[in-house]
Amino acid sequence: MIRQDFNRVDPKRRNVLDHRKKQFAEPAFKESQYPHRLNFYATPPTADITLEQFEQWAIDRLRILAELEACSFRNKSPAETAQHMKPLLDKYLPLDANSSSSTQITAQRQKDHYSHFILRLAFASTKELRQRFTRVETMLFRLRFGADDTRERHAFVQSLNLDWEIVSDEEKRKYQSELLSTITYTVGKKTTHASIDEETFCKVDWTRVPDLVEQRRVFLHAGKAYVPSKEQQSLVVTEFTARLERALELTARALPRLDEDDRLTPILNHLSKNFVAPDANYTGSATAVDGAEITARNIDNLAQHFPMCMSHLHRSLRRDAHLKHNGRLQYSLFLKGIGLSLDESLLFWRQSFSKITEDTFNKEYRYNVRHVYGDVGGDSNRRGGGYSPYSCQKILTEHAPGPGEAHGCPYRHFNMENLAALLQSTGVTDRAVLQGVKEDKDKQKFHLACNRVFEHVHKNEIKRAKDDGIMTQAQLDTIIHPNEYFKRSFLLKQMGGIKQQPQDSDVKMEG
Amino acid sequence: MAEEPVAAVVERGQSPKEDDVDMADAAAPPAQEKPDVNLDDLFADMDSDDEEFPSSKPPPQIATQDSNSSSPSDEVVLTPTSDQNIAHMNASDPELLRSFYQRLFPWRYLFQWLNHSPTPTPDFENREFAFTLPNDAMLRYMSYRTSDLLRKDVLRLMPTRIEIGPSYTTNPRERKMLQNTAGFRPLSKELCFDIDLTDYDDIRTCCDKANICNKCWRFMVMAVKVVEAVLRDDFGFKHIMWVYSGRRGIHAWVSDKSARTMDDSKRKVIAGYLEVIIGGAQSGKRVNLRRPLHPHLSRSLDLLKSHFQDDVLEAQDPWQTPARAEKLLQLLPDKDLRDALRKKWDASPGRSSLSKWADIDAVAKTTTSKSFDPRALLDAKQDIVLEYTYPRLDINVSKKLNHLLKSPFVIHPGTGRVCVPIDTRRLDDFSPLEVPTIQGLIREIDEWKEPEVKPEKPVHDWEKTSLKPYIEYFRGFVNAMMKGERGDGKVKRERGEEEGDGELW
Repeated sequence: MIRQDFNRVDPKRRNVLDHRKKQFAEPAFKESQYPHRLNFYATPPTADITLEQFEQWAIDRLRILAELEACSFRNKSPAETAQHMKPLLDKYLPLDANSSSSTQITAQRQKDHYSHFILRLAFASTKELRQRFTRVETMLFRLRFGADDTRERHAFVQSLNLDWEIVSDEEKRKYQSELLSTITYTVGKKTTHASIDEETFCKVDWTRVPDLVEQRRVFLHAGKAYVPSKEQQSLVVTEFTARLERALELTARALPRLDEDDRLTPILNHLSKNFVAPDANYTGSATAVDGAEITARNIDNLAQHFPMCMSHLHRSLRRDAHLKHNGRLQYSLFLKGIGLSLDESLLFWRQSFSKITEDTFNKEYRYNVRHVYGDVGGDSNRRGGGYSPYSCQKILTEHAPGPGEAHGCPYRHFNMENLAALLQSTGVTDRAVLQGVKEDKDKQKFHLACNRVFEHVHKNEIKRAKDDGIMTQAQLDTIIHPNEYFKRSFLLKQMGGIKQQPQDSDVKMEG
Repeated sequence: MAEEPVAAVVERGQSPKEDDVDMADAAAPPAQEKPDVNLDDLFADMDSDDEEFPSSKPPPQIATQDSNSSSPSDEVVLTPTSDQNIAHMNASDPELLRSFYQRLFPWRYLFQWLNHSPTPTPDFENREFAFTLPNDAMLRYMSYRTSDLLRKDVLRLMPTRIEIGPSYTTNPRERKMLQNTAGFRPLSKELCFDIDLTDYDDIRTCCDKANICNKCWRFMVMAVKVVEAVLRDDFGFKHIMWVYSGRRGIHAWVSDKSARTMDDSKRKVIAGYLEVIIGGAQSGKRVNLRRPLHPHLSRSLDLLKSHFQDDVLEAQDPWQTPARAEKLLQLLPDKDLRDALRKKWDASPGRSSLSKWADIDAVAKTTTSKSFDPRALLDAKQDIVLEYTYPRLDINVSKKLNHLLKSPFVIHPGTGRVCVPIDTRRLDDFSPLEVPTIQGLIREIDEWKEPEVKPEKPVHDWEKTSLKPYIEYFRGFVNAMMKGERGDGKVKRERGEEEGDGELW
């Protein structure tokens, strides 16, 4: 019998590291290399950076992402966005091409790499944050991908090892006419003629380019899509998003382990809180406007400063002495945002629902109002101070109003006749403005329509503010939040200390 | 078909509760029975299809001891009725239906088709069946472990209509026992298409509503050719079965594994790829395609061109009346051209559509208008050909994983016709008006005479009827699919392993 020697190290197992260290084992020995300008962020960084860098880099990237998101809220076209973002990118997150003579290339790429991973940590915790982060990171990636030098982009795509099969010349000839029709574009009467020989096609499973297949933009044969180089962006971007989504979920699962580090957690929490930016800016006292008496009995007076979505809710409330759930939510959050306290809010709703008994109100509505303010509810709701007022984006995209509901955005959810009637009833009768609103609506630029009306209603004040230099152009930028509309409207009307008495007829409701 | 209920409909009608309980009893046999059933199936697989379709012959007038039937009351011996009697019986007459389900319905092949393997798998066990009972109540979320159990329950309930839904994560009968309802969701179903002749009412002149004839059936032929080409050539699917729905429509079932496991978003992509005719009757020009045409569309156009000449222009004469001709004019681009054509056609009433179509080019040649664009006219003419020939799919059936669709071989209650599979190799020979009816089939069994030379194997009832070629086609289809499945499975598994290694970040 052979006696087993338990002390002998099994030759196969000798070099195995502790499995927990294994994933970091190799990269720890070498600095990350950045051969390409773009990055799929596949491997996490391993080198040391200072705590200060950690925070600063993250904040810089966050600034870019927030601005990108704002561009999408304003429905800017890709070209407009690129133009808008260029100076900001150069300032906060520059990335030079290999061909540039910049000496900063490695530093820039390192910052890009690290800041991405820091923000991943900050935004992995909840599903909403993850979705938003994926969305804006994808936007940033698409922007950079589009701006990249053709040759470098090609090299980058090659390096991704995306498991694409390049279509051979032989196959290209076989499907010549089919392929040609997917790269020829007709604009008006002009047809651009492309050549098959100069074009590279790659062959992938059709499920990897669903949008291209659905729109019939690629040639399909035997389950494979033949993607021309022009459309490869879609492929790369889809892949980027898919990988990031997957990775974020894994990060979320690993997060609890990070709690032990008491230096990073506060920074990360702070970062993710700031990212809730466009909505959260308007919570609590942040938008309290000096000189305004924000109380239940003054709401009727203040309603002249409300954007159309809110003044429509206000009118409906006054007319029916009731609002449906989504309407209550949208309106009470807005009122919370302009600085109406919980007590005043309860008073306001109680008085407005004049047809129902005290008992019913207490049973069915009081809790909801308190919940909105974070006075009751789950732990996170109370800690977070309730919900944030809805941004235009949210109002435009979520919960389109059904029959009998008054919430939503009139510019989007009304048809043109009803919208025109609503505008005229609030005193906007100028032909040119109405025409402009119609065009904006047709182009689906609803926020532009709203801003157009704002500028028309406040045209005298805006002119004066500009002339006197009281407000800068930046302060008069496009409005993308109902509370911003109120704030700006109120400030403009208060300018110069002249308190205008609101005309009652404007506010009091018919019926 | 319009009457296809969507997943939201749950049991309506009387006492569904009691039914439910009954059925649970019937379908969930005591545990010790389990090995029996499996063994049975295993052996059944080996000796092919011998005892699946019990034969009532020989001898003709004595009910055979059917191994599958548990009680004598289950078995109804067809009393010798005169031909007239049967012919006048209602298609959903319980006696006729019972004989049909008992003696003709291909339970085994249906099982194999949905199960993708000879031995029971979750594909079948967790598959939803929905029954419409004779009192019009609907029973949803029924499921069975084997084809025998399904058959038994169908004979007990005598549904007038059987529909097939998806396979779920668990047994649909046990869905309410789950802790979290999110654990119950559909996993896979054949990719389905539904085309209905009523959607062609604005372009067919021969019939309308539920009526069909061989003339308008040509629209279905065109539809099958186009969709078939897309599924086979473009998406690479292999196991596609077309089924006549029994009245005025046609269904397609794609059984490839890659098709079955698609989620709703992928199904939507295929639907979008196929969709060309957009909008309703009020939306004017319904085909507006980007140029140059996508390869799939130029191929479809080539397929459809000859049909457009013969089956539309000649057979349907769609622009016969001035009102209908006006519709054609509205689809043409140039105002001068339209006016000239209108004048010409008003001058010679009764001009055929064939001539009118030819007139367009003839008049266009003589036009002197500066704004006239021959390219635009050609495009518009292509769009018109597509509008009058391209398949009009009921696209919601294809988009949703959990949509129910009527099972093949069910009897259509209105016409009595069997929902038979269509052999697409002989598509042009298929006539919906010659599809066997339940009344005819039962008569055929009775009229069958034993051949002089005694066959080696006992003859199944279905072999005595005109249902024979359809069941044989179905059997061939199912066998080819199961063969493909065996090969497929291995390849898939290997690929799955490769994907397994993910990174932490």
